[in-house]
Amino acid sequence: MSKFSIATPSKKQILWIKVCVFLACLIPFLRLFYLGLQENLSANPIEFIERSTGFWALFILMATLCLTPIRLLTGRVWQIQLRRMLGLFMFFYACLHITSYVWLDFSFDWLEITKDISKHPRILVGFAAFVLTVPLAITSNNAMMKLLRQRWKTLHQLVYLIAILGVVHFWWLVKKDIREPLLYACVLAVLLGIRIYYKKRSKHSIAPSTKPPLAKTLVKNT
Amino acid sequence: MIIQTKSDIIPSEITPKEVFNNRRDFIQQAGLGLIAGATGLISQSLNAATLTAAESTGKLAVRSNGSTIIKPYGPHQKIVGYAKTSYGAGEKLSAYDDITTYNNYYEFGTDKSEPAINSKLFKPQPWTVSIEGEVKKNKTISIEDIYKLAPLEERIYRMRCVEGWSMVIPWIGLPLAQLIKWAEPNANAKYVEFISLADTQQMPGQNIQVLDWPYREGLRMDEAMNPLSIMAVGLYGEQLPNQNGAPMRLVTPWKYGFKGAKAIVKIRFTEKMPLTSWMKAGPSEYGFYANVNPQVDHPRWTQASEKRIGAGLFGGRIKTQMFNGYTEQVGQMYAGLDLHKNF
Repeated sequence: MSKFSIATPSKKQILWIKVCVFLACLIPFLRLFYLGLQENLSANPIEFIERSTGFWALFILMATLCLTPIRLLTGRVWQIQLRRMLGLFMFFYACLHITSYVWLDFSFDWLEITKDISKHPRILVGFAAFVLTVPLAITSNNAMMKLLRQRWKTLHQLVYLIAILGVVHFWWLVKKDIREPLLYACVLAVLLGIRIYYKKRSKHSIAPSTKPPLAKTLVKNT
Repeated sequence: MIIQTKSDIIPSEITPKEVFNNRRDFIQQAGLGLIAGATGLISQSLNAATLTAAESTGKLAVRSNGSTIIKPYGPHQKIVGYAKTSYGAGEKLSAYDDITTYNNYYEFGTDKSEPAINSKLFKPQPWTVSIEGEVKKNKTISIEDIYKLAPLEERIYRMRCVEGWSMVIPWIGLPLAQLIKWAEPNANAKYVEFISLADTQQMPGQNIQVLDWPYREGLRMDEAMNPLSIMAVGLYGEQLPNQNGAPMRLVTPWKYGFKGAKAIVKIRFTEKMPLTSWMKAGPSEYGFYANVNPQVDHPRWTQASEKRIGAGLFGGRIKTQMFNGYTEQVGQMYAGLDLHKNF
């Protein structure tokens, strides 16, 4: 019915898209391996790995957070099927990030790590963001979804907090040139802003309104 | 005029054997040394000629190690005839590629890989440095004349960055004290301010106001006169690469790396403590002294330990030493000073 539904890929196509996204998400990881073997991870390879894995965790998190705004703005829904995979890839890179920090950077020196976390807000914020991703990763399967039902949704709203903490963690890393973290902050603000806007609109539309929000109609139709 | 004199390299003295063998630069230099030795007589007479020429201009300090010759600027241009010193004996040098591709030099970009790329068109010659402020009289000096102020020496120094990494760099330079003596500060001079070049044409990073350009750094007079403080004009036996601060930069190894102002065009003597670029940018994070101090933590980075560049992925961290291990040389200057407050 809608012109958008024409663009909806078939099940087979979605499978292919998933495979492609999966492989694409592996590229940063494989690249690190490749550069590592070439001894081409810059003069400070540990920092390189920390930065790279942190960057990709944040980037993929932003991609994950794009899916709902796309639905709200265009009515497309099929892309929501990529959400779990992207979310788990974010967790994968976050795990690599924290592993490189604990292992390569601090050689499992827990005393120093504890000091670093407690003394430096930048590290504390990043650490908090990571801790919060763990329950989300654990409950990302269908069984948990069924078990937790409405609470699952509430729990997974933590992702917004994680994203904010992640951007702050990045912001506090840079000494003076804030352009890149600023870009992330803006993207996140837009992504969250769209959600808030539609949420407010749909609340208003519960009142005797003749027109339900565009997106909702489309979602029902697909 | 190019004169090659005997170089004082005794490789076994300073450079670890494996490093030495790996470095083409050193082998080439050793070769030059041999040639120079064989033609000692010729070079001696040429040496004498330079001395007279330079003495007549009145700008030459006493030379204990023969003449140091610096050719016009060019990539990988060798410095011939500098003296070796015992500084840094036993330290494993950081690789030339690491030293020259991992730079904090925001005038050429805020990413550490950018200066090596963005500084390619930078022109370190001709270059003059102006001396002003609390001095007998304002004057200027060319970089060529600065080379002649004192015999150039190699100083192998540890460099500790405030970000928690460190290197070992074989600088070539002259004691800052020699330059200051020549500058003739008056009795009011309590501090020295170093001002880097401001030129958006040559330094593309200055198009972005990440710092208030030009870059400014400063030292207390006694710090500047400390024998450890040098004006570096070269590294690894060669003229200073652009990305490392050509043609002349400050090196104070007991302080965090950002104290080392690069591409210096102005030296100003002041009565009051100068406001440095980083103090202005983040007063709670960067102090005037910026002495390496494992006990005083930075809001972002742990200062108790550091990563040595070149240690590899599993090299771990090493403990950061008070004053970066130079307490013996500099500790007395800070007796009675609260280093937690004066960070």
